[in-house]
Amino acid sequence: MKVIVEEDKCCGAGTCVLVAPDVFDQRDEDGIVVLLDEAPGPDQHDAVREAVSVCPAAAIGLIES
Amino acid sequence: MTLPEIAPPTCGPPESVLVVGASAGGLTTAEALRRKGFEGRITLLGDEPHLPYDRPPLSKQVLSGAWEPARARLRPEPALRALDADLVLGDPAVALDAANRTVWTESGRVLGADEIVIATGVQARVFPGQPDLSGVHVIRTLDDAVALRTELATARRLVVVGDGVLGAEVAATGRGLGLDVTLAGPQSVPMESQFGAWAGARLGELHTEQGVTLRLGTGVRELAAEAGRVVGVLLESGEQLPADVVVVAIGGVPATGWLVGSGLTCENGVVCDAMCRAADGIYAVGDVARWRHQGLGALLRLENRTNATEQAVAVAANILGADQPYVPVPYFWTDQYDVKVMVHGLVPAGAEIEVVEGDPAARRFVALCRTDGVARGVLGWNMPKQTRLHRQRVADALALAPAG
Ligand SMILES: Cc1cc2nc3c(=O)[nH]c(=O)nc-3n(C[C@H](O)[C@H](O)[C@H](O)COP(=O)(O)OP(=O)(O)OC[C@H]3O[C@@H](n4cnc5c(N)ncnc54)[C@H](O)[C@@H]3O)c2cc1C
Repeated sequence: MKVIVEEDKCCGAGTCVLVAPDVFDQRDEDGIVVLLDEAPGPDQHDAVREAVSVCPAAAIGLIES
Repeated sequence: MTLPEIAPPTCGPPESVLVVGASAGGLTTAEALRRKGFEGRITLLGDEPHLPYDRPPLSKQVLSGAWEPARARLRPEPALRALDADLVLGDPAVALDAANRTVWTESGRVLGADEIVIATGVQARVFPGQPDLSGVHVIRTLDDAVALRTELATARRLVVVGDGVLGAEVAATGRGLGLDVTLAGPQSVPMESQFGAWAGARLGELHTEQGVTLRLGTGVRELAAEAGRVVGVLLESGEQLPADVVVVAIGGVPATGWLVGSGLTCENGVVCDAMCRAADGIYAVGDVARWRHQGLGALLRLENRTNATEQAVAVAANILGADQPYVPVPYFWTDQYDVKVMVHGLVPAGAEIEVVEGDPAARRFVALCRTDGVARGVLGWNMPKQTRLHRQRVADALALAPAG
């Protein structure tokens, strides 16, 4: 699984951090998403798929391998 | 009001789910069902012809022209295909028989399913006679945003009627386009009902600084028109605001017209229990749903983006037997000029405000909003991450509240 984030779509809600804190964080200055792990392990896959689905800016994409 | 008495599902998992409304709430319901392992048939029925798209960018990037409309799509096409759902677009549901879980569509389809999810959102409220006038716009759909953008390209004077979040965003975007903008509405400061008086006043100052003329604290009497085209807005105060284009942003009406005769209770939305169930096998999510929030002990209907998706996840789980109440911390954000404001929880009228991070003078702060010493909301101004880090205080207070 490869995670892609589009910073210019991100609205800074931090929903992804609430769902998958090991994979996502936010920048201190403007709250924009920071990808901590672009190829998360299987234990993170469910959380990442949920983060993609509930992101209120549709700013996270996935390439499932 | 009496709430629906609904028995928890007794039989096994459903074989088919029909979702009515193919936007944030509806699409996320389908995705969450698949993620949780549902292998039965999913039908996603929408009345708009477009592939599912997102609304927050409409008043921001799409209206400003920064984004082509296609950028507002919720999912790329491969992701929609991977969902393995029947996507039926451009065909409004016109009736529901809740007892038999059957939906009829305008084109004559008859769709039955074991479980039905209502995700039809809200429609823009309008003034009587407004639809017959040219030069007057609402902004709810992609087509609305594109039509407004086209007209603004040749306009000079924009009057926005409505001092809520949509009106304030359209005013900001209009200024960004170089228009002469007036914002009119009945509250004393913009977004007072969402932000409270203190932060609303800061928002009013921001708009004034950016060159918007505020005409607040007075209602609108009527739209002034000549030969079928709007020429201005007449206020209750007697003042007339001249306009080339008028945007009416006076709130939304839940899209429940098609549910007349369905057997469901529709009063300011589809009335649901704490599990978001409107009747046996019928659920509602998103802007259209008015469910019992157990933490607040009251029926609540939220019109914001994160609620649509979080409620969708909760409903998908309940369809698959979780039987869990939906008890979210409400959240919304807005972007105006270079300012992003967000609220976790709610800001009750008259709440005590304490700045807990940053500095209002520096235009970066987090404020805690309390009533009777209890944290009800946390409002952030250009400090999204820090604001989220205070969210738990609101969540804790909600969890402590007596279940109603
Ligand atoms: C311009 C704009 C800007 C916004 N900005 C923000 C923001 O910055 N932050 C925020 O938190 N929220 C924002 N929102 C609110 C957010 O977009 C909504 O809360 C969210 O879209 C709700 O999702 P939903 O799926 O419940 O409803 P909707 O998105 O309204 O989707 C409902 C869908 O159902 C369709 N439908 C209606 N009736 C029928 C029928 N009979 N048959 C079939 N289909 C039907 C509708 O056409 C629509 O496609 C904004 C909304 C708008 C309009």
